[in-house]
Amino acid sequence: MRAGVIPAAIARQPWGIILPLSVLTTFGSAVLYSAAGGSFQPWALQHLVRFLVFLSMAMVIARLPQSLFKLAAYPAYAALVVLLMLVDLIGAVGGGSQRWLNLGFMQLQPSEMMKPAIVLAYARFYDTLPPAMTQNWRSLIPAMGLLGVPALLVMLQPDLGTGLAITFGAVAVMFLAGLPMKWFLGAGAAGIVAAPAAFFTLLHDYQRKRVLVFLDPEGDPLGSGYHISQSKIAIGSGGLFGKGFGNGSQSHLEYLPEAHTDFIFATMGEEWGLLGALFVLFVFMLVLRWGWRVAQNAPDRFSRLLAAGMTCTVFFYVAINLLMVVGLAPVVGIPLPFMSHGGSSMMTNMICLGTIMAVDRWSRRSDGIAR
Amino acid sequence: MLSGSAPHVSSGTLKNAYDRRSLVIGGLQAAVGMLLAGRVAWISLAQNEKYTLASESNRVNLTLISPRRGAILDRNGAPIAANRADFRVDLIPDRLVDADRTLGELRRLLKLSDVRIKDLKDKLDKAHGFQPVEVAAGLDWDSFAAISVRLPDLPGVLAQRSFSRWYPTGPSVGHLIGYVGPASAEDYEKERNPLLVTPGFKIGKDGLEKRFETNLRGTPGARRVEVTASGKVVRDLEMREDIPGQPLRLTINAPLQDYAARRLGVESGAVVVIDCLTGDILTMASMPSYDPNSFSDGIGRIEWKMLSEDDHVPLRNKVLRGLYPPGSTVKPMVAMSFLEAGLDPDESVFCGGGLRVGNRVFGCWNRRGHGTVNMAKGIYQSCDVYFYHFAQRIGMDPIAAMARRLGLGQKFNLPVVGQSYGTVPDAAWKQRKYGKPWAVFDTVNATIGQGYMLVNPLQQAVMAARIASGKLLQPRLMLDQKATNVPSMGFSQEHLAYVHKAMFDVVNGPGTAGRARLPFPDIQISGKTGTAQVVGLNISNGKSGPWKYRDHGHFISFAPFDNPRYACAVVIEHGGGSSAAYPVARDVMTFLFDPAKAMEVLLEMEKGWGGTPQQRMATRYNEYEARYGTSAPKAADDNPVASADAVAEAAGARPQPEQTEAAAPRPEDSTSTAPTANPTASTPATASPPQ
Repeated sequence: MRAGVIPAAIARQPWGIILPLSVLTTFGSAVLYSAAGGSFQPWALQHLVRFLVFLSMAMVIARLPQSLFKLAAYPAYAALVVLLMLVDLIGAVGGGSQRWLNLGFMQLQPSEMMKPAIVLAYARFYDTLPPAMTQNWRSLIPAMGLLGVPALLVMLQPDLGTGLAITFGAVAVMFLAGLPMKWFLGAGAAGIVAAPAAFFTLLHDYQRKRVLVFLDPEGDPLGSGYHISQSKIAIGSGGLFGKGFGNGSQSHLEYLPEAHTDFIFATMGEEWGLLGALFVLFVFMLVLRWGWRVAQNAPDRFSRLLAAGMTCTVFFYVAINLLMVVGLAPVVGIPLPFMSHGGSSMMTNMICLGTIMAVDRWSRRSDGIAR
Repeated sequence: MLSGSAPHVSSGTLKNAYDRRSLVIGGLQAAVGMLLAGRVAWISLAQNEKYTLASESNRVNLTLISPRRGAILDRNGAPIAANRADFRVDLIPDRLVDADRTLGELRRLLKLSDVRIKDLKDKLDKAHGFQPVEVAAGLDWDSFAAISVRLPDLPGVLAQRSFSRWYPTGPSVGHLIGYVGPASAEDYEKERNPLLVTPGFKIGKDGLEKRFETNLRGTPGARRVEVTASGKVVRDLEMREDIPGQPLRLTINAPLQDYAARRLGVESGAVVVIDCLTGDILTMASMPSYDPNSFSDGIGRIEWKMLSEDDHVPLRNKVLRGLYPPGSTVKPMVAMSFLEAGLDPDESVFCGGGLRVGNRVFGCWNRRGHGTVNMAKGIYQSCDVYFYHFAQRIGMDPIAAMARRLGLGQKFNLPVVGQSYGTVPDAAWKQRKYGKPWAVFDTVNATIGQGYMLVNPLQQAVMAARIASGKLLQPRLMLDQKATNVPSMGFSQEHLAYVHKAMFDVVNGPGTAGRARLPFPDIQISGKTGTAQVVGLNISNGKSGPWKYRDHGHFISFAPFDNPRYACAVVIEHGGGSSAAYPVARDVMTFLFDPAKAMEVLLEMEKGWGGTPQQRMATRYNEYEARYGTSAPKAADDNPVASADAVAEAAGARPQPEQTEAAAPRPEDSTSTAPTANPTASTPATASPPQ
């Protein structure tokens, strides 16, 4: 954007992310409109309204100073851990699993908020850790503690998907912070060995079943494999150009489960075909590339780790959801950012992107100072 | 890599590590993106066809519509088996969630009896998968509506409009037509056709319904609908009407068939009427019978108990499967063989009540004797001694040959599920069967239709028709083929006229069946009586005592006597003698010429019997249900009629006990003991010879 043609206040906005996001959300809204049988109710309109609300929130976050982020990192993390405990406690008392706290005006899901919070806490931790210490146990033990407590609490809910997302964000920051490579290789090797044992001991029955179904979805097409089978049928029957807007039989006749939330990509694929799918992938590529660029240009270690970690968190959402929908990953309840209907995930993703926008701002300001 | 140089780590080296590692992660993310793009392309392009098909088979549900079964019509186009639009309710075992609760609900809504519920449970136990089980058919609109509105709460219950088979005359045509029923698992094994498990679809289980299954079935219609995952129909896509099965046109005269069946009353017997010009079978009635209408939903336990306990074997088609010693009805046939062999009909023999052959005496039925007897008197007075005497001279072989020529022991080319053709014995047959030479008493027995000789009522009717017409008539049941020019039997007209006259005298002269006269001044009937013993005199006199020891009553006839048009054979099983048979023949013949007059007689009789066969069966059913209720055992098998046929077949194949004695011929007329109502025919004093 050139200054002079457009007012500076508008030109200053990070259009490189707002435009792709708007396109993606509008497209998501169109899919929701079709999934509702050609109606803005109950999903499409709300989806757009939420986007505007959370976009505004992200732009507010983007204006916060770095000092505030640094100051809030640990208190925010600690507050969320307390809330997670509270949720587990209420769940244990009420009987059955519980992920929500009812605040009256909205449902708060602390495990969702933990995804950006853990990245922030990690960025803060590795920023303050003297560089020399990154190579010994001091870089690992406190970080493991920071990750272990919330990850365990989320897994207990039980919510495997969110637990993995939190872990993935944390490990990505750890990796980028420059911890010894052999630790990651060692942990990876240990994981491969331990995975079968964990599969049989740690996972719940329904989780185990999902993994088995993923390995052999046709084994039980009317039972547990139903989700994946129907999703593939939706995408596969779409072909190159799709069945046309509003003509998706899989979603409209309710064969596709969760057609407006977790499986919205299949709903879209059925009506828009391979071209629609490639378009969505392309827009996500733009969003993530923007995240990486901001991180690359970040003025300091804290903001660099923060932006990269947030980008990885968003990526994890997108990747796990899409891999699941096309039958390359087990069914885990993770929605597709900016397309699936649902407030919680949009808020989390907007916090992530708002944080990256903030980093973007800090780097421009520091450029300005340097100039 | 950086990790090796621990002591020299600075913020600069960490920035370098970040740069490299961010490239690694970014590269991995790009790889995942490529993987996703490739995967979507693979599914949507390479496997598009497969998934498009899967999506269509999700979306579109094809339901078959049972074709309307072809009607079975009588010779004048009157329906014998038709289709009735009705409302029905079925159960699909596979879709039932809580069978007991569903049955409880159906019982309440449809007001089903305990017995019915128990029968349903039996059927559900036996049925598997998608094989539908009929709950009720022929429902009224209110019951149907009551079920329909509750369908969402009754998974596995199907309520629909359809056509069901209807036999207007019920039991009168049971054995002739057979019945339809739901396809069994074995049927489905044989013919893997989804139509067979379409609710409401029935296949022919017996008789013509079974034999002409392919013609009658028709082509199913289909309804393509768009359905949601939960099975809710969104819209109709396409509807193909069914093509009804081809109608079947029979030679049967439906009102006559019904009349004959009803006229048999409470007796166990058979009536066959054949057209003497064409061989068309006008009537083939066997009673008692089952009601094919109530068989179409399977056989309930009460029905099964009723049918299996009845000593009148209602499951056996007596016309084709009942084998009886024909008694004296063979005498016109034997006389024809004598004439063909050159015997002068005026040559006489003296009957003193018996005939001495060697040192044995063979008795005539009339112990006081008939005096001098020529051929005509031998027939109309049914004198046994005349036939004993001349059969000794002529020999058995010409008699057996004539019997076969006239149709006895023969199997006819008819589209029926089975015929028992019986036995016409001769010397070669006995040698083959028992390894014994033909004896004098064997000839004696055969000439009076006793001993080894066994025939079915159809054969007797054919014999009567061939004697009446002098033509080689072949009985036929289907009206479709053109009547061909019937060849002559090759009898001399003189011989025929002689025998006809003697048979005329049986009824209208000094014969044994005076009460068989038709109530018309201008139409006369000719006939021949027969009384066949079932057991020896030492067990029963054949007239009274236990039912199963009583004599069989036979009567073969044709009318009008001078220009034969119709031939009729009547068999009354254990009727106590021919006097049980000829009134039936008389009334059936009367119906052919004046239906109203005959009907009047029948209605009067039915008052005494407790109504029509259907009404009597209903009364009996209620008695049984009240007495046995659910304690009655369930029906033993799916197709009891076929099983009864198999029993008859086995009985036919079983070697008859070897005859070692001459049968004691039975008195032909027994007016004093026969319990027959006879309001029409006057009884001329001369007609019945004194006993």
